[in-house]
Amino acid sequence: MKEKLVLIGNGMAGMRTIEELLALAPDLYDITVFGAEAQANYNRILLSPVLAGEKTIDEIMLNDEHWYMDRGIVLYLNSEVTGIDRNNRRVTTADGVSAEYDRLLIATGSQPFILPVPGHDLPGVIGFRDIHDVDTMIDAAQHYRHAVVIGGGLLGLEAANGLLRQGMKVTVVHIGDILMERQLDSAAAKLLRKSLTERGIEFVMGAETAEIVGKKRVQGVRFKDGREISADLVVMAVGIRPNVALAKSAGLYCERGVVVNDTMQTYDPRVYAVGECVQHRKQTYGLVAPLFEMAKTCANHLAELGWARYAGSLTSTRLKVTGIDMFSAGDFTGDETSDEIVLQDAARGVYKKIVIKDHKIRGAVLYGDTVDGAWYFQLMREQSPIEDIRDRLLFGQGHLGDSGHGANAVAAMADSAEICGCNGVCKGTIVQAITQKKLFTLEEVRAHTKASSSCGSCTGLVEQLLAMTLGGDYSAAPQNKPMCPCTHFTHDEVRTAIRERELTSIPAVMQALEWTTPNGCASCRPALNYYLISTWPHAARDDYQSRYINERAHANIQKDGSYSVIPRMWGGVTTPDELRTIADVVDKYKIPTVKLTGGQRIDMLGVQKETLPMVWADLNKGGLVSGHAYGKALRTVKTCVGQEWCRFGVRDSTQMGITLEKMTWGSWMPHKFKMAVSGCPRNCAEATIKDFGVVAVESGWELHVGGNGGVKVRVTDLLCKVASEEEVLEYCGAFIQLYREEARYLDRTAPWIERVGLSYVKQRIVEDADGRKALHARFLDSQTLAQSDPWAERASHGVDKHEFVPLKRLA
Amino acid sequence: MPTKPNIKLVKTPMTAAADIKHTPPAGAWIEVGRLDDIPRLGARVVCAPDGDIAVFRAADDHVFALRDQCPHRGGPLSQGIVHGHKVTCPLHNWNIDLQSGTALAPDVGCAGVYSTRVENGVVFLYTAPLPSADCSGSSE
Ligand SMILES: Cc1cc2nc3c(=O)[nH]c(=O)nc-3n(C[C@H](O)[C@H](O)[C@H](O)COP(=O)(O)OP(=O)(O)OC[C@H]3O[C@@H](n4cnc5c(N)ncnc54)[C@H](O)[C@@H]3O)c2cc1C
Ligand code: HEM
Ligand code: SF4
Ligand code: SF4
Ligand code: FES
Repeated sequence: MKEKLVLIGNGMAGMRTIEELLALAPDLYDITVFGAEAQANYNRILLSPVLAGEKTIDEIMLNDEHWYMDRGIVLYLNSEVTGIDRNNRRVTTADGVSAEYDRLLIATGSQPFILPVPGHDLPGVIGFRDIHDVDTMIDAAQHYRHAVVIGGGLLGLEAANGLLRQGMKVTVVHIGDILMERQLDSAAAKLLRKSLTERGIEFVMGAETAEIVGKKRVQGVRFKDGREISADLVVMAVGIRPNVALAKSAGLYCERGVVVNDTMQTYDPRVYAVGECVQHRKQTYGLVAPLFEMAKTCANHLAELGWARYAGSLTSTRLKVTGIDMFSAGDFTGDETSDEIVLQDAARGVYKKIVIKDHKIRGAVLYGDTVDGAWYFQLMREQSPIEDIRDRLLFGQGHLGDSGHGANAVAAMADSAEICGCNGVCKGTIVQAITQKKLFTLEEVRAHTKASSSCGSCTGLVEQLLAMTLGGDYSAAPQNKPMCPCTHFTHDEVRTAIRERELTSIPAVMQALEWTTPNGCASCRPALNYYLISTWPHAARDDYQSRYINERAHANIQKDGSYSVIPRMWGGVTTPDELRTIADVVDKYKIPTVKLTGGQRIDMLGVQKETLPMVWADLNKGGLVSGHAYGKALRTVKTCVGQEWCRFGVRDSTQMGITLEKMTWGSWMPHKFKMAVSGCPRNCAEATIKDFGVVAVESGWELHVGGNGGVKVRVTDLLCKVASEEEVLEYCGAFIQLYREEARYLDRTAPWIERVGLSYVKQRIVEDADGRKALHARFLDSQTLAQSDPWAERASHGVDKHEFVPLKRLA
Repeated sequence: MPTKPNIKLVKTPMTAAADIKHTPPAGAWIEVGRLDDIPRLGARVVCAPDGDIAVFRAADDHVFALRDQCPHRGGPLSQGIVHGHKVTCPLHNWNIDLQSGTALAPDVGCAGVYSTRVENGVVFLYTAPLPSADCSGSSE
């Protein structure tokens, strides 16, 4: 017999929990769902576009009745649960239907608060909460003229805009002087009021409602100061109250909401609660992002995995009124201890304010130009130090020379515009997937469209598309995002555990950190392997099967399954003998394509895997070794000809490049790592878009860090200037080691530096001389193990033979 | 060093094949190598006249075989990372179920499946693919 799970409240939070549960444990429960509404589960937040005539009810359904049937879920519609008998574990509806439960999930949401003024129960006075309310409003628009919306908050303004679009004359009554005072400051609120007034909405500010007047039906609204306006329809949008009556009557402990702990359990361990009806750590929520996080946690416990914890959410808001861009998050007023940066351009209708405390973003309000909302919200969530980018912060991510998150106005882009270059996904495809497949999170968009699933540089764009299409910040991932679905620990937590608990193998990590899969996945295993070998170069053994194919085959896999071979050419310098060797190899093995790479190397493309060891053996004979062009490793050091030949050269950049490459080759990194050395500030080697770039000047060497080419070019930051060659080597080794020890796997130096801040890197590398020397020493120590040519090992010493020969050849 | 497994029969998809009504394409059981020749959580390739077959060995020593062609754009599945009874394609990270050959949601598609069995540490492969109903439809 399966256990019985009963859900009360067929809304967004409850059904999200059921979906998450089914994904984790499809067959654990017999599920019964009671919903007071007439419809199956729909996307409540899209009621505003429905009211505005931009969407139909069909378009906003999330799970229709077939969905429940297909999964064997018993669904009762129009069925309000009126009693919970916790002793006998049974719920009963108003119609007398009852159901037993082993576990109960309460997700009754909330209801609009109706001001208890005289006349509040007249026909024509409604809230804005469900499809029924929307039907009432659309119907009223056909028969009546005057609508009054009481409450100038998010919901009230969306209702007002919708009613206006339905052809009504709309007046918004607000008790204070600032619209949406919980999300906006007065400057932004003024801009918002101005543009809503231009659309034709009237405002009565500072007005407290005293009475709804009317005989058979509402006829007007009277205020405390005696003013009166006429009305045929009154929409109350003054706030919501969690639906706790049912839970309370069952004796469950409630305050403002049903009180739950971090596992979403109420005071009765068999009873869980999620959504707007709950109170968690003294907070109640009215947006879906936190509810979805609750749903995830709750499903984890219902599925008997039992490790997830909900720790509360930070929320951000956007107004879903087409043509008005508004974003708000966190504490946007600040106090004496915080300061703010403001940009105000009344002519363009743009206002941006960021509140900063201790070099971190506390909150933000954006009006008119909200493309950077997601980015500020991320900086806020991650508590990233912003002192180094403070001067450019307000101009947005596009002005940072950023590491490739992109910050074009996505809203203005054509549907055919490509968002994800790696996987060739365009804007239209993503928007379509979001609406048709009902996606809410970045992970879902990744899974369904592949956008943002490769190099990740379009993540910001995809997040903006989500926000734009759905209205809120759905990608409001928990602050601590697990490194992959196999674990609930973050990259940083895993690294710390490996170091502090001295874990030296993948099984040890998986056991200590309670991995949920037997041997991880293709995303966490390579990361764990890297963390282990970089933390414990001597003790940890490289796990071959946890490496990507390129690093197993020591060559780059191509789209047809063949491989490319790029030998090292120290500092980009070669000799006639090396060239002859390469030419001979190309002839002998009939390699179809030979190409010069952007990193000053020679690439032989189209080599079959079985041939690789022979190709390498011949290259080795000519003195050529692996160029690691396939690895998350030091790739190339590009140089210019420098002082030796160039009439501008001030130092020997070529030799410096060779020396650097000899020191650093073979080292595994979180991601690929490129270097360059230029012989003078003309910088022909393009050192300022490399992970570590060196530019010679009269007085010494400038060291630049954190650059990259690619989808979005990021120019390096100047780390410092040093005088001697020895210092270049020491700073370089220390910088690489800091990156190796602290960056997350698959972070290039640019996003890493943007996250930790250049000041931090300077402090560790430039200011702390002892620390720098120690880092450099650790780097050299790990290099003693790393510097062995993987091609020679395989070509001549029989390492990993099985990789290159078929198991069997059938005639 | 992978320890020698004392499991005699790891997987018998024979019954599945026998259940099928129409006659399966002609094939034969052949010996392809020792279990120890395939790394745990790894794969090896068997070159067949009509295309490569990838033979996988999971952590629990279950052995699976698929046509070495990803249903997405033909990537060589034998080169992917194996985890659980799944392999992640090296080209664009689709996840393929080793038992059924189907792509895991949200991706849709299927790679041909071959029967395998292990006897006394020796791996046998049936050279004709299983007529798989899953391959024609979607995986959802
Ligand atoms: C017009 C509108 C616009 C919004 N816009 C946004 C937005 O842009 N961004 C955002 O993040 N959020 C927005 N929200 C808020 C968001 O919709 C809610 O936070 C979310 O729907 C709450 O989910 P829930 O499951 O807790 O409650 P609900 O979705 O309300 O579900 C509760 C369900 O339980 C049913 N129920 C209650 N009591 C019982 C009972 N005793 N027996 C059986 N059934 C019962 C109710 O009928 C209801 O169907 C908006 C809300 C509205 C109304
Ligand atoms: C961000 C995602 C990136 C991915 C996925 C990627 C992937 C690749 C791949 C698969 C190759 C082919 C290598 C081979 O098989 O020989 C390649 C080549 C190359 N990449 Fe990238 N790359 C990325 C970013 C960059 C960036 C930012 C730069 C420059 C700074 C760069 C510079 C090069 C160069 C110069 C080559 C050699 C191309 C040639 O001349 O043949 N790549 N890259
Ligand atoms: S080599 Fe780089 S730029 Fe060229 S197609 Fe491949 S990934 Fe794109
Ligand atoms: S960077 Fe300066 S030294 Fe190097 S090639 Fe260019 S001009 Fe010459
Ligand atoms: S070819 Fe396998 S995922 Fe694209």
